[in-house]
Amino acid sequence: MKTAFLIKYAEIGIKGKNRYVFEDALMKQIRFALAKTEGNFDVTKEQGRIYVIPGGSYDRDEVIEALKRVFGIAGICPVVIAEDDGFENLARNVVAYMKERHNEEGLSFKVYVRRAKKSYPISSMDAASELGGRILEEMPQLKVDVHHPDVLLSVEIRTDIYIYSEIIPGPGGMPVGTNGKAMLLLSGGIDSPVAGYMIAKRGVQIEAVYFHAPPYTSERAKQKVVDLARLVSRYSGPIRLHIVNFTEIQLYIYDQCPHDELTIIMRRYMMKIAEQIALETGCLGLITGESIGQVASQTIQSLAVTNEVCTLPVFRPVIGFDKQEIVDVAQRIDTFETSIQPYEDCCTIFVAKHPVTKPNLKVIKRSEVKLQEKIGEMLQTAVESAEVITVS
Amino acid sequence: MEAYLDNAATTRCSRPVCELVMKIMGEDYGNPSSMHQKGVEAERYMREAASRIAATLKVSEKEIFFTSGGTESNNWALIGTAMANQRRGKHLIITQVEHPAVSAPAAWLKDQGFEVMALSVDREGRISLEDLKKAVRPDTILISTMYVNNEIGAVEPVEEIGRWLKKEHPDVIYHVDAIQAYGKYRIYPQKTGIDLLSVSGHKLHGPKGIGFLYINKKVKISPIIWGGGQQGGMRSGTDNVPGAAGLGLAAMKAYENLEEKTEYLYHLKELLTEGLDEIEQVVIHGPCCREGAPHIVNASFLGVRSEVLLHALEDKGIYVSAGSACSTHKKSKSPTLTAAGADAKERESAVRFSFSDENTEEEIRYTLEVLKELLPLLRRYTRS
Repeated sequence: MKTAFLIKYAEIGIKGKNRYVFEDALMKQIRFALAKTEGNFDVTKEQGRIYVIPGGSYDRDEVIEALKRVFGIAGICPVVIAEDDGFENLARNVVAYMKERHNEEGLSFKVYVRRAKKSYPISSMDAASELGGRILEEMPQLKVDVHHPDVLLSVEIRTDIYIYSEIIPGPGGMPVGTNGKAMLLLSGGIDSPVAGYMIAKRGVQIEAVYFHAPPYTSERAKQKVVDLARLVSRYSGPIRLHIVNFTEIQLYIYDQCPHDELTIIMRRYMMKIAEQIALETGCLGLITGESIGQVASQTIQSLAVTNEVCTLPVFRPVIGFDKQEIVDVAQRIDTFETSIQPYEDCCTIFVAKHPVTKPNLKVIKRSEVKLQEKIGEMLQTAVESAEVITVS
Repeated sequence: MEAYLDNAATTRCSRPVCELVMKIMGEDYGNPSSMHQKGVEAERYMREAASRIAATLKVSEKEIFFTSGGTESNNWALIGTAMANQRRGKHLIITQVEHPAVSAPAAWLKDQGFEVMALSVDREGRISLEDLKKAVRPDTILISTMYVNNEIGAVEPVEEIGRWLKKEHPDVIYHVDAIQAYGKYRIYPQKTGIDLLSVSGHKLHGPKGIGFLYINKKVKISPIIWGGGQQGGMRSGTDNVPGAAGLGLAAMKAYENLEEKTEYLYHLKELLTEGLDEIEQVVIHGPCCREGAPHIVNASFLGVRSEVLLHALEDKGIYVSAGSACSTHKKSKSPTLTAAGADAKERESAVRFSFSDENTEEEIRYTLEVLKELLPLLRRYTRS
């Protein structure tokens, strides 16, 4: 007998003829998630089930933690796999399994048998009642409850026999890589890592762009963003992070445009740069951590003005979240502590005391005319000189 | 060109120190507590280190106790004496310009029921002897002051304090945080009435993770770390042999040709401050020229945030600190600059340059050139 993990998946089951695409993506993500855990694992697909089979020693808790971060997994079942060597042996194994794990006085149980191997000589129903009887004989302190059992003991008869009773909930969602790719604007704050996580959960592969403004923002601020990308990558898989030097553009806007419009104009150019990199890297959308009304640049008017520069769809998964709701997710996915390190990012360095909160697109566009001379070239340079690092 | 002007944060380990440390780590790696030959050999290094240090202070090697560094030495000095002498009184005196390694344990002692008084300083960051005289009470058990302030290089009147205390209040224990002063000044605790002296290795071209506390043999102090009873039971923990030996050698080297080196450091300092005087809107903090420490210059470049200037300089290979290196991770305001009366604009734009004898005139000239080039540009862009 050996132990393994049976992976139950969420929405893949309904994907019809594309099912194999989703399963293969899920297996790839599982392998990635397990690469950093102790031990070697064989991830296999067998009769519409995915199994993670450890070879040699491993840390059960660590494996479960890693699998809980793989989108597309609905449940993780630690299983015992026994060879099919007759019903008598099967019954003995089942009783041993129960004795080891569910030996409490008064516990109720139900045996559920699935017979994928139809050639097996005993029917599922008969096998279930027979196994239930054997358990009661050996463990009279238990009782049977077929409606609301404390323990649902599943026995699946395939080429081998699979015995399990525990389902640990997975994160749900869809396997990353099954829904294209999008470009995340990662700032170093609390919201954008959460936004990236949420879109990745829908199976979208993530690339990220960060705007760096040396010497106004520090090397440590950049390191913080790399760290955040790494934390998100534990869920999303490897992330290619594009680090764009934004200082020149920022100073140029500062020189040419009214200061209360600085932030909004700056954000428009950030979106333009992000979109250009997105198009060059095959991304089909942009992702931001914006939430309506959170700051001056996220009023509904400001969002409309920033959105205007993009042709790609902009996904804003936390748009309707309150700050605390975003913080809750950030804490759950473990990005919060990193996000709150106090390094200045390029959105705050030159922020005006009273930035416009209801920008008018026409006015903003008129201000941007003053940038005509050099901005095109500057954008090009910013895109071309971006540093790219892959974090995982 | 590279100019490392952050020697008050840490210094480069000197080549002979590196070699000695390497040799001990790789070859003479014994534990002094072992009874065999390897242990005896390692113990020899410990004693040699202690005696080298003791020689620089003209004290007994038995009064030198190795620690994990300046922070531990300061913690031990405060907490160890407070605990051992609390029956005599619970009043402690420190200053408003202490490094957190002193002010934080003092705050902790306050929570434990001690009374802590912090002396204020003048514009140059110096306490007054008169204030101190007035502050001493019958229940005062410990006075702790810095020797050289880490942020602005102010030199406290430690000799006057020590001598006066020994005459008027011989029971009051006097601790000096000499982390920025040891290796720059000749300090003779016995002559000057210093009972405890904290020193860190990496500020004087020695290794990190090692320091010492000089403890006058008459002082009552309890350990703050217990265990296997190393260092006469005063500071348990396997002896850091490579660290201690490295520190011993670094200490010895620091005091070779000291006057010559001090003169050189003052020369560099003057070169920098004279250059800074030519730049507009620069405020230099701390005592002027030779009244302050030879290796520290703190200046505010009004209209440019410290961090921005720091990164802009870094881009040109010049390494400095924003205020005090130890407090950059927090947004807390510099205690020294605040206590010395610098306003918010000055504090926000303060940068510390600190030298070692490895720096050159050329580096200082280069730094001034770069500053003159960068400042007009940086000053153009500010928060509106």
